[in-house]
Amino acid sequence: MALPQPKLDTLDARLTVLDLPDDNGCLKPAREDALARLHASGLPGRRDEYWKYTRPETLTSAEVIPAALLSERETPVFDNVDRVRLVFVDGVFNAEASDDPSLAGVTIERLADVAAHDIHWAKDIYGVLETRGQTPVSRPLAALNTAFATDGLVIHATGKAAKPIALEYLHQSETSDAHLHHVIKVETGAVVTILEDGPAAARFNKVMEVEVADGGTFHHVRAQGRDHQRRAATHIFARLGEESVFKSFTVTMNGVLTRNDCVLELTGDNAVAHIAGACVGDGDFHHDDTVFITHDALACESRQVFKKVLRNGATGVFQGKILVKAGAQKTDGYQISQSLLLDDDSQFLAKPELEIYADDVVCSHGSTSGAIDEEGLFYLRSRGVPVGEATDLMTLAFLAEAIQEIEDASLAENILARLEGWMARRRKD
Amino acid sequence: MLEIKNLHVKLEDEDKQILKGVNLTVEAGKVHAIMGPNGSGKSTLSYVLSGRDGYEVTEGSATLGGEDILDMEPEERAAAGLFLAFQYPVEIPGVGNMTFLRTAVNSQRKARGEEELSAGEFLKVVREKAKALEIDANMLKRPVNVGFSGGEKKRNEILQMAMLEPKMCILDETDSGLDVDAMKLVADGVNALRDEGRGFLVITHYQRLLDHIKPDVVHILSDGRIIKTGGPELALEVENNGYAGLKAEVA
Repeated sequence: MALPQPKLDTLDARLTVLDLPDDNGCLKPAREDALARLHASGLPGRRDEYWKYTRPETLTSAEVIPAALLSERETPVFDNVDRVRLVFVDGVFNAEASDDPSLAGVTIERLADVAAHDIHWAKDIYGVLETRGQTPVSRPLAALNTAFATDGLVIHATGKAAKPIALEYLHQSETSDAHLHHVIKVETGAVVTILEDGPAAARFNKVMEVEVADGGTFHHVRAQGRDHQRRAATHIFARLGEESVFKSFTVTMNGVLTRNDCVLELTGDNAVAHIAGACVGDGDFHHDDTVFITHDALACESRQVFKKVLRNGATGVFQGKILVKAGAQKTDGYQISQSLLLDDDSQFLAKPELEIYADDVVCSHGSTSGAIDEEGLFYLRSRGVPVGEATDLMTLAFLAEAIQEIEDASLAENILARLEGWMARRRKD
Repeated sequence: MLEIKNLHVKLEDEDKQILKGVNLTVEAGKVHAIMGPNGSGKSTLSYVLSGRDGYEVTEGSATLGGEDILDMEPEERAAAGLFLAFQYPVEIPGVGNMTFLRTAVNSQRKARGEEELSAGEFLKVVREKAKALEIDANMLKRPVNVGFSGGEKKRNEILQMAMLEPKMCILDETDSGLDVDAMKLVADGVNALRDEGRGFLVITHYQRLLDHIKPDVVHILSDGRIIKTGGPELALEVENNGYAGLKAEVA
């Protein structure tokens, strides 16, 4: 079916300013396939079902809207964590600023190097999980990424990684337009933690494909920084084997536009997937979490916990779906999305969905919007806590359920400290 | 210490007068009790004094150590030395009890221009005071009042009072929901805080709390006014004859 004219025009305009990387190696078929799929689907448009609440125009336009840089340099969120630090500047890997990527139990390569090879295991994942995640909901920005991403990391965890791998994204150009694509494979019995920190680029399109083999464990903690003018569209595609564990947490502070898609497929029995997010936004902040979890095996557990603090007209979006396929008995699915609206101008748009084809499952979902609990606020104030600080305490308490999803307590402390800082900067006592 | 003069209070949302001219002075070092039937305005008095929203003072005044408190924010009243032990302590999921206590103590110290307690100093003091109230480490770690039993909540109120060392303590039906043992524990906690520099206003339905916290003065509040003031024997009179007898006597 031919695309409608406006979609054709948008796609043409976008593709005109992009060049297909000329690597002739193992990723080329995936790139060509992604481009073909893109020609069939077009880029996201306002009328697409999953773009009703978030305007895609600035993510699909040919030109990048310049994004002012944060005037002060932020210390990395995970600065006090013993980690392998890998730095990207406006979407380009910077070896000089990075640590030596050798880490016992893990092999880390650069996507550009992998793409030059004729044979590499990454070709079985690159674009493959992304393609699987296009059904039943198409995600054209991810296909665009698969076609055009030139940089990223290819991480192979074969054992227990001694320390976390921290990807630090620096934004130094007001007009950078970056496509990053990471491929991660966690083998049986392997354990790896990936940290991500930073605003990355004026416009940032990132895909992370994660294959967790039977019995593998993948942890992910991400901080999307304070750089307000940047725009980001990120996708996580993960496939989980038997008794594997996948846990991902994202904190987002500021950002005129952030769209985080997470598409998980539980294909092995007894797999566990937790995905959580906490965001705080003030003013022209728009944050969209779109999650799709497919249960396709026995006795898997999935948990989605999303909390949004919105003020001064900020907008939060949550679109979360749990699909339980026929035969995925004993599924345990949980989903909660909540917003704390600190004024009447802010809004939260939530679309929780359950689609269940098995008859012996437990699935629950809930979504709420509310103001600060006045009773609690008065209780704190009656003990001498000033109203601003009391509001912050109540706000952090609201976010706590999501932050508790971070398994590592010291990483959680780092995230909490950032949130406290964000609130302290806005406190009105 | 606390001086209430001709206090008239109505509900903000409805045109309903609750307090109709309350006069009351609690001196430092004294324990005053207010007794009264349901709906007499006891809890309203405690809320108005602590600064809760929803009430409007239409006439009269309330001062603490000579300072007008009715224009102050709740946190300013607290820093000035006023403490209300809630009848229904509020549960705050997500805020650890210890964090709450430390934030409260240090906020007040800061407001008074005193140095904040370090984590170490604070911990030492809180452990000692918690022990006397049989509050264990687990209760200190848990979110404020979440999952606490009625008795635990009230003990937690007294712990806050002990940590904050207020000048004027108001106890709003602290005995409600307590069994005899729990009441004794709470009363011991309160008695330990009795001091010549500190005033207490104990609000209660029943005389039994006053067996444990012995008042110097007892007031009977009925229909928004104090209708009778006397010594501890007045509480016994209520116990024996009920409020109806007293009301008839005054009328």
